[in-house]
Amino acid sequence: MIRYIIRRLLWGVLLLIVVAALMFVLFRILPTGNPALLRAGRDPQPKLVKEIEVVLGLNKSLPTQFWDYLKEVFLHFKFGYSYYNQEEVRSLIAERLPATLSLTIGAALLWIVGGLGVGVISALRRHSLLDRFAMGTALVLISAPEFWLGLVFLYLFASDIGIVKILPGAGSYAGLTSDPWKWFTSLIMPWIVLASGSAAVFARLMRSSLGEAMKEDYIRTARAKGLPERHVARQGVRAAINPIVTLFGLEVGALLGGAILVEYVFNIPGIGELNYKAIQSSDFPVTQGTVLLASMFIILANIVVDVAYAYLDPRVRYS
Amino acid sequence: MSASEPLLRVEDLRVEFPGEDGVVYAVDGITYEVHSGRTLGIVGESGSGKTVSSLTTLGLTRRQGARISGRILFEGEDLVALPEDRLRAIRGNDIAMVFQDPLSSLHPLYRVGAQIVQAVRAHRDVSKAQARERAIELLGLVGIPDPARRIDEYPHEFSGGMRQRAMIAMALVNEPKLLIADEPTTALDVTVQAQILALMERLQRELGMAIVIITHDLGVVAEMADEIAVMYAGRIVETASTARLFSAPEHPYTWGLLKSIPRLDAPREEDLVPIPGTPPSLINRPPGCHFHPRCPYAQPDHARIDPRLEPVSDEPGHHVACLLEADVRRRLWAHLRAGGTPEQALAAVGLPGAPV
Repeated sequence: MIRYIIRRLLWGVLLLIVVAALMFVLFRILPTGNPALLRAGRDPQPKLVKEIEVVLGLNKSLPTQFWDYLKEVFLHFKFGYSYYNQEEVRSLIAERLPATLSLTIGAALLWIVGGLGVGVISALRRHSLLDRFAMGTALVLISAPEFWLGLVFLYLFASDIGIVKILPGAGSYAGLTSDPWKWFTSLIMPWIVLASGSAAVFARLMRSSLGEAMKEDYIRTARAKGLPERHVARQGVRAAINPIVTLFGLEVGALLGGAILVEYVFNIPGIGELNYKAIQSSDFPVTQGTVLLASMFIILANIVVDVAYAYLDPRVRYS
Repeated sequence: MSASEPLLRVEDLRVEFPGEDGVVYAVDGITYEVHSGRTLGIVGESGSGKTVSSLTTLGLTRRQGARISGRILFEGEDLVALPEDRLRAIRGNDIAMVFQDPLSSLHPLYRVGAQIVQAVRAHRDVSKAQARERAIELLGLVGIPDPARRIDEYPHEFSGGMRQRAMIAMALVNEPKLLIADEPTTALDVTVQAQILALMERLQRELGMAIVIITHDLGVVAEMADEIAVMYAGRIVETASTARLFSAPEHPYTWGLLKSIPRLDAPREEDLVPIPGTPPSLINRPPGCHFHPRCPYAQPDHARIDPRLEPVSDEPGHHVACLLEADVRRRLWAHLRAGGTPEQALAAVGLPGAPV
């Protein structure tokens, strides 16, 4: 098992190098605009542009630039300095990581507990009014993009522009340590908006997975043993959870993608917002840093999923 | 048959499933009884209603939307009318069931021991450790070697025969008065089949329980059963003691079953005779005698008249639902038994052949 995990981690590092290379290709070779030109102001002197290129290291050959970058990132864990304001990318990320972690971890909890809970109830009370309502809502939430849903929530509930002024609106985020109550209330809407799509997917998947499991022979055996229906359902859930765990790794990616939009809509100073602004201003080191961080989370989540699989299903053994 | 009160008495049981294509008449008015320490074999093809009738005994067809009528008297209590929580207290405690495929019938993600412990603790207020002791004891009783170690294995680590032994251990852990075994050996190798049957017989002697064994395999009931009920299209068409059913069967369907299994004592050149056709749809059953479209001896009015299960004159406990005259049946069977084909038997008895 340990060998398996180490092998997966090494493959993960290789995958990150591939991601870095793709990013490099996207930003250096495809025409997004010369970063030096963007920073040289209106009507720049060619000499000034050349000087900026030297400062940013853009005058070196592309392979040299890529090699330098990889060395910095993978050996020293340094992502370079922002083209935009010369701040170190690592400290920019560190500064904004707490907000993004607050948002995504809270949303993930809401997504898993809410999605699975609704799915279990829907499966056990199939075709009931509750089931129909839950599945209808889920369909709406799957279809609704986060930026739209976020705006709808702000319009309905934000304390400044909302119809029912009950929750702090956009730009009200405060750090957990500075003001815990404000941190909590300002994140309620972003959590709901970010969790809704994944929760809806999980609810529908849990409903069908548990529905199938409850038809299995071993559920009939459990009933024939005289187990209370609650215990019978628990055995069904235990079997239904495995296919859903696989999807967890994929949904983490969707969650991080959604976080960019939610942070933008609710003006939360997080990694997503940083990434969004960096892309707009061709700030290559910042973009690369944030994308690599997100990739790392997704790769780690998928390794965790595969390892969890071996614990959840005794028939699966890795060697 | 003993004169005492039967442990289980099923009276005119009907189970119907309303569906999109029409009502499925899975069980259509069957009556039988089982006494303590005795074994009843229920024989029939798939779709004859034998499994549905036993699942209904445990109340397991209720949540499938079945319409159930008739009575299932277990120790004088009518299980059909019993509320779910009272029935649950009987399931797995007084009446236990063993299913056909032990791999799919055991939960793949729970250890074998844990599944037996669940069965104990569903009915007994004992600690986990006590229940585990009991589970190890039962696994040993059903012949699983090194039960204290194997109790912590998962079903996929057991062989097919071991799994069925574990299923039997689970069913017997609360010492039920009645064990219903639904095709308990069908999914197993032939050599393992014999072991499982011998195990069930031994445990029946030791624990004194009644057994209802459901099978399509006459070899299994010949081995195990004291009485046999033959089911066709949701009804019992013949019931008799095992010895009587094999020596003097009365129903053409029973003849067909007997003639379609190989016998070591029959002459080599005697061919096996399969029953022509397929079992009828339980939604649109044939009119009259349900077996008449497949019966080589059917007469024109058999498509109109519905036969009732009636006693055979000289043998108590032997009943048959057939429209042929009793002496005609005797003579037909005499010819079939001597190795004749249905056509030869018909000619000898002088009945016109039925269009098949």
